[in-house]
Amino acid sequence: MFSTFELDALKEVGNIGAGNAATALSMLLSQKVQMKIPEIKVLPFDEVSKSVGGPENLVTGIFLRVEGDLGFNILFIMQAGDTTNLLKIILHESKETLELTAMEESALKEIGNIIASAFIAALSDFTKLALRISVPSLAIDMAGAILSFPLSLYGCMGDTAFLMETEFEEGLDGVKIHFYLIPDDDKSFSTLLKTIGVRSSDGNNSRGDGGI
Amino acid sequence: MEIIRVGMGEYKTAKAPALLVSLGLGSCVGVVLYDSTRKIGGLAHVMLPDSSLSSKKDFNPGKFADTAIDLLVAELEKAGANSKKLIAKIAGGAQMFQIKSDNNIMKIGKRNVEAVKKKLAKIKIDIVAEDVEGNYGRTIEFCCDTGKLTVKTIGHGIKIL
Repeated sequence: MFSTFELDALKEVGNIGAGNAATALSMLLSQKVQMKIPEIKVLPFDEVSKSVGGPENLVTGIFLRVEGDLGFNILFIMQAGDTTNLLKIILHESKETLELTAMEESALKEIGNIIASAFIAALSDFTKLALRISVPSLAIDMAGAILSFPLSLYGCMGDTAFLMETEFEEGLDGVKIHFYLIPDDDKSFSTLLKTIGVRSSDGNNSRGDGGI
Repeated sequence: MEIIRVGMGEYKTAKAPALLVSLGLGSCVGVVLYDSTRKIGGLAHVMLPDSSLSSKKDFNPGKFADTAIDLLVAELEKAGANSKKLIAKIAGGAQMFQIKSDNNIMKIGKRNVEAVKKKLAKIKIDIVAEDVEGNYGRTIEFCCDTGKLTVKTIGHGIKIL
């Protein structure tokens, strides 16, 4: 599907986007934000929810849809404790449960919006691709249920989940935000590779590799 | 008691007293087929409505409503169930996120439910109970002994179908 070289190139593109996103988050929170180097993962569908505590674990999910020259889905996942800690940082209030007020929901969505928009802006600048991003949508529910939607979309294409994952970790309070970028299909990532000059032909991998 | 987990895109059969379980169903639909006389049940964890959506020819047929249900019926027959006696219970097919998009595939939960119903009607299996759509996740447990399907949610209670 993709060569190691191509996957490294995708990771680098992800890194540029995520770096931009981390800066935006850092400015918003007035805190130092640490970011992991993005990883490209190819996993059985069920394995994905393991990284966020298993399919039944209660998490907060923020979803944004990206359309235009590429079609993909951005999903942020936070554990319950990370969600309440993040709310403490932005709204300066203590919460015990995930029964959120409209204000709290809106604050979390806005965080998702800012990180995702920073990511997309960097990606768009770098690749010159036209991308538009939807308004964010929020769900607090089982991790499996939240992940099932973007994973199913990719399911038209493959039998394993193909995604880019990174984590934003905010220094002092240890808030961890999982960031997933899940393409609609392999074509989206192929287009991305072609745009940055890593893949020369569409779908014909052998010719593409030979040309490099 | 034996607990058999059915993951995304999988289908499995079991005999009493085993439990068939799918955790954290969102837009996916859990389709239970059951022969109550022989106490044999099957569960398919359907991710997508129709195998014509597949962009590959060699796909996992367990993912799609149309192909998974046929295969589950065949497996149940192999396990000794009478396919004429099968009844169905279904759960899932939620829309976890509200998204405005021209792309029809975004309404995947609802489309999964419709596809499952259409397929079951076509092969003449009655749906005796359902808990579908909405905007929340579900964990389902089917008891092959009692034929009861337990639907657990976070914040929307527990239902027994």
